[in-house]
Amino acid sequence: MERKITCSPHIHSNETTAKIMWSVVISLIPATIGSVYFFGVYALKIIGVSVISCVLTELLSQIIFRKKIRIFDGSAVITGLLFAFVLPPRIPLWMVSLGGFLAIFLVKELFGGLGFNIFNPALTSRAILLSSFPVEMTKFTVPLDYRLDAITTATPLAIIKENLNVHLPSYWQMFIGNRAGCIGETSILLLLIGGIFLLWRRIITWHIPISYILTVAILSLIFRQDVLFQIMAGGLILGAFFMATDYVTSPITPKGKIIFGTGCGIITFLIRMKGGYPEGVCYSIIFMNMFVPLINRYTLPRKFGGKK
Amino acid sequence: MFKGGVKLLDFKELSKSEEIEEFKYPEKVIIPLSQHTGAPAKPTVKKGDTVVEGQIIGEAEGFISSFVHSSISGKVVSIENYPLPNGRKSLSVVIESDGKNEKIEGEKKDWVSLTSQEIIEIVKKAGIVGLGGAAFPTHVKMSIPPGKKAEFVILNGCECEPFLTADYRVLKENTEEIIEGLEIISKTTSVKKSYIGIESNKIDIAEKIERAIENKKTEIDIELKILPEKYPQGSEKHLIKSITGREVPSEGLPIDVGCIVFNVQTTLSIKRAVCDGIPLTERVLTVSGLVENPKNLKVRIGTSISEILKYCGGKLGDGKKLVIGGPMMGINIPSPDVPVIKSTTGILILPEENLPETIQPCIKCGKCVEVCPMNLVPAFISKYAESENWEMCKNLNVLDCIECGCCSYVCPAKRPLVEFFKWAKAEIKKRKI
Repeated sequence: MERKITCSPHIHSNETTAKIMWSVVISLIPATIGSVYFFGVYALKIIGVSVISCVLTELLSQIIFRKKIRIFDGSAVITGLLFAFVLPPRIPLWMVSLGGFLAIFLVKELFGGLGFNIFNPALTSRAILLSSFPVEMTKFTVPLDYRLDAITTATPLAIIKENLNVHLPSYWQMFIGNRAGCIGETSILLLLIGGIFLLWRRIITWHIPISYILTVAILSLIFRQDVLFQIMAGGLILGAFFMATDYVTSPITPKGKIIFGTGCGIITFLIRMKGGYPEGVCYSIIFMNMFVPLINRYTLPRKFGGKK
Repeated sequence: MFKGGVKLLDFKELSKSEEIEEFKYPEKVIIPLSQHTGAPAKPTVKKGDTVVEGQIIGEAEGFISSFVHSSISGKVVSIENYPLPNGRKSLSVVIESDGKNEKIEGEKKDWVSLTSQEIIEIVKKAGIVGLGGAAFPTHVKMSIPPGKKAEFVILNGCECEPFLTADYRVLKENTEEIIEGLEIISKTTSVKKSYIGIESNKIDIAEKIERAIENKKTEIDIELKILPEKYPQGSEKHLIKSITGREVPSEGLPIDVGCIVFNVQTTLSIKRAVCDGIPLTERVLTVSGLVENPKNLKVRIGTSISEILKYCGGKLGDGKKLVIGGPMMGINIPSPDVPVIKSTTGILILPEENLPETIQPCIKCGKCVEVCPMNLVPAFISKYAESENWEMCKNLNVLDCIECGCCSYVCPAKRPLVEFFKWAKAEIKKRKI
């Protein structure tokens, strides 16, 4: 009998790509439930359409490109969830499905699929939609108003930016998620539960989220902004724990991760203070994605026994 | 402590409490002339010769080479090429037992009166090589090159590979002799301070070692260090780092930072060669994994591995594979019809793993970077190896890789990282990049 000879090591950990991906999906469940609670069944429709669109696009791309079908590894589901999370609560569903298609086909599969994309698929697709449909992408509604034509309002960051005469939510309301915003970004509490789960499962490390959030906090202190407000009012927590930590589009070395997180923090703050948009998390991460190869190159660890 | 490494399930309970058992006197042995690092030994016997146990059958050719002895008494039936358990082939002396069990009686000596040169010569003549798996000739290691100075002798009692318990048993059952061996090495290399490094999973023998240290014969300072259980704690470079805080320079040797490291069984063999005149003709190894009776066996060099497996109730096939050495760095060989050699630390039967058939994409999770004890970035090296860009593999220091297997172990995509690096190293060597 012909026996296959294998190279060492002959034992392996039981961690797999699929287990990691599905764990990330699990970590997003609290925020998913929160989005439905705050923005109604329509939020669930957005999430459903987004996930289905992403998974179907991945399946079709892999068939067209004659690649191995790997839709069950959970990565397209994550993109679907995260993409839905950064959409406003009453966006037309056809735009959602278009965005899911762009995220997977344009941003991920055209670059070579899992492991090869340069930009974060969910955020890049959001950026494309924002420039294509600026009105629909910035129409935010009052939380807990479940009607389809819910009352529109501004997000806390927009209220500050444009000096609107609208009542700002309290810290507590922002912490639990009872404020206007994209459907998955509002509840700091539920996002932190997922983030801590990812840290505990050792899927992400502290480097990116902590350096990112800390940078925003320090800059807020320096430039006399309300620190807690800056941390909780926009998409920072969602971005820092779930978007900037995307393995494929963030640096691989611990030092690189800190540089990446710090860079994201600086750009986010810069856009919020000086940019044309009230929020800068999405663009800052996309911008920093471009620097990942460069950061990796200059933060390679000193080899054991190498020159100090 | 060194950075990186992994915590492994050690599976040592399977054989830890099994006392060392002497395996039966073989009817036939196949003794390779190239079991060690360096030039193969030159045969000193020919077909038809009668030999006895302990007789030299191959002599060292050059400085980095080793003597080889017969492990039984009998007749040389052939000298031909045989496959080794390390995947190579070597000219081997095949001896059939004559049933007389004759051996050369060793000459007892008081080593304190011997000079360093005399001791090194005895070690060389006794055919002693590193028994931790590398099989580097010990007399070379004990000869400190001019201009260098050894400050510390380190006894490597880590045995950090899962399943293996042979060194643990030897350290437990021959503690006094090993301490004496350590004293011999220290005196020979003019070292005043020695360390014994063991992992915390062997804490139960710490007291016995401490007692043996108290009863030492010389003034040499010996200190026991209990190190955390972290693979690859037993890697020479990492053991030195853990104990002395020094880093062996890349492409350098332990002596460059004043250290020389010896394995438990090597040290015991040195003691027996110097004090009792016994050459290296046997070793202790662990038989474990999916075998009916896991054991620590004292085996004569040249004994057939398939006979040992038969004795321990180990069968191949049905999703089971044979691994020589430990599960992290050992070699999977197709057939057990090979002899035990000096570097055979263990014989394991392990389940075949259900790994992906095709190479999966790297998701850049960075787990390999976290665990690499050499501080490399396995993820990137493997991508360059995948596209056969050997220059970049070299630039990313693939040549510093010790093939410990930590990266492959943790890789969620189950990428064959170590395989990539072995390939890259071979290509770099072949193409002289």
